[in-house]
Amino acid sequence: MSDPLTAALAAWLFTAANQSAALALQGGLVGVGETVFGALLWVLDQWYWLMDWAHYLTGLEMLNPRYRYMQRAVLVGLCIGVMAPLIGTFLVHRQLALIGDALAHTAFAGVAVGLFLNAVIDLGVSPYLTAVVVAMIAALFIELISETTDAYNDVSMAIVLSTGFALGTTLISINAGGLAVGVNQFLFGSLSTVSPQSAGILLALFVVIVGTVAVTRNQLLYVTFDETAAAVSGISVNWYNRVMVMLTAMVVVGAMQIMGVILVAAMLVVPVAGATQVSRSFTESLVVSVVLAELAVLLGIGVAYYGGVTAGGVIVLVAVGIYVCAVGVGKLQSVRDEAETPEMGSIETDGVEGDAGARGD
Amino acid sequence: MSANETDPATRASAASDPEAGGPVVDLSGVTFGYTATPVVEDVSLTVDSGEYVAVVGPNGSGKSTLMRLMLGLLAPDAGAARLFGEDAARFDDGERVGYVAQQATAAEEMPITVREVVKMGRFPYVAVGNLPAGSGGVVDELFDDPVGTARRTANAVSGRLTAADWRIVDDALATVGMSAFADRRIGQLSGGQRQRVFIARALAGEADLLVLDEPTVGVDAESVDAFYDLLDALNAAGITVLLIEHDLGAVVEHADRVVCLNREVYFDGPADEFVESDALARAFGAGARFLAGGGE
Repeated sequence: MSDPLTAALAAWLFTAANQSAALALQGGLVGVGETVFGALLWVLDQWYWLMDWAHYLTGLEMLNPRYRYMQRAVLVGLCIGVMAPLIGTFLVHRQLALIGDALAHTAFAGVAVGLFLNAVIDLGVSPYLTAVVVAMIAALFIELISETTDAYNDVSMAIVLSTGFALGTTLISINAGGLAVGVNQFLFGSLSTVSPQSAGILLALFVVIVGTVAVTRNQLLYVTFDETAAAVSGISVNWYNRVMVMLTAMVVVGAMQIMGVILVAAMLVVPVAGATQVSRSFTESLVVSVVLAELAVLLGIGVAYYGGVTAGGVIVLVAVGIYVCAVGVGKLQSVRDEAETPEMGSIETDGVEGDAGARGD
Repeated sequence: MSANETDPATRASAASDPEAGGPVVDLSGVTFGYTATPVVEDVSLTVDSGEYVAVVGPNGSGKSTLMRLMLGLLAPDAGAARLFGEDAARFDDGERVGYVAQQATAAEEMPITVREVVKMGRFPYVAVGNLPAGSGGVVDELFDDPVGTARRTANAVSGRLTAADWRIVDDALATVGMSAFADRRIGQLSGGQRQRVFIARALAGEADLLVLDEPTVGVDAESVDAFYDLLDALNAAGITVLLIEHDLGAVVEHADRVVCLNREVYFDGPADEFVESDALARAFGAGARFLAGGGE
């Protein structure tokens, strides 16, 4: 066989193999995606069953099986009530309370990108998915700007917030017509727009966020409390900062469905601020902030349903009311603690071994 | 391969390994600047195991920058920084170093107890990288003791401390005399009490080297005395102490060795010789003098 023929045959085989591999990979990814999404929809079915029983036992109208969207809204609300304060606790104590607001505005740009692509090239992608992607890229940009320019964190947040909102409004204005109407639900949130697909996306985000925090909470706590000491102990501070902002982006997009872009940051901050007032330990503050957030979400959804008002606004107002109560309780606790100051003990160094050569581990 | 044929990096590492009698900290011709002007210039310095060394110098003399270079938080523009015999920037045995700063970033408002702060010293020991593996490997261990292996693996993945870890935490608190404050919020403590807690965190990590960056700033005089007594006791117990300090009186009273820095090293020697030398005037300016009972 001549050399050119061999080369051509080899090239053909290589191309065919590449195409087969690419198709297999694509097929594999689609298969995995379908399986995961199928599992999430199965979870959603179980939730419907549970809510049907809750309706049967309590007689609550908003849990009526005819109103599946309300059952989904309650599920999404409960998930938001866990993941928002879970991440918010780390953000608030790093004095990054407003990063949620910045990422919510970039998530709005992501929604606009999704709507734009759907309108122009009929892509059929969920705006929440594009919002997740754009918000996570923006989250990395916030970290990148802080790391490379030595700018204060709030400067990088302000730049990303403005850019996100500018991109969103520009895309919407380019695509004149029906887009602006569709955007309202993302700006202000809505109970009735929680589709099975967006509930599935939120469940996936919930698993990723809670799982990541469970595995990395020690490192996140150390970086939050004392960045330099954490770096000295061998923790990669920049890496965990990036993990934190990426998780924040996911929470923001997940909570945006009900809360809306404008109010989503409140769920990251207000329950945590309330828990900080009444909690003595970090673990306690995590648990209390989740409890306060769940209270605000459930009361808010209930009032919104029966009162016919916007859920996002009511949830935030309830959360702020709880925060005011927590401030009062916190002040009472402080007075009691001051009356019970213990005596400091003496220094005992008998058991201390500092000889480097004597280390057993 | 014979000992003479080992590569230079291995030989240098062995030479500065404290377990082989080498220095804990080893700076060799280190120069560093945030801009073109160096903050630290051609500094060579070694700290041996068990020493109590104080680095002093006027404001802006590069003390804190030098500390960050020693700990590998900054990379030198020229020269080499080694920690426990390893390149400081690549040093990955973080639990061997305890760090105490002037103030922790979020200490005031954060709802975190004294015990939770001290437990951070154990985090390197319960990281995911420390999954249990006996002599027979994870699979053998899983067959021998499935419940115990599963529990230990779950602890390592979730970063949960074991009962032994908690005992070490409580012992560290007892050492610094803060057991009674274990469940208090750190923000409710005085400056001196807080610094004791941060030392307890280093002890919980079983640190061999304690690095303190101006730890007594904003601490009342009585607590400062108790704090230095604690450092003396820990050093006597074998822990190497490296203190960055502005309080010259306290430094001369407690440290064995003083390094006077103002961009470059003006003095490196015993504390009593520092008092009698002209390094103070050269580094701080002609008007500088010691005050009885601390302060400059």
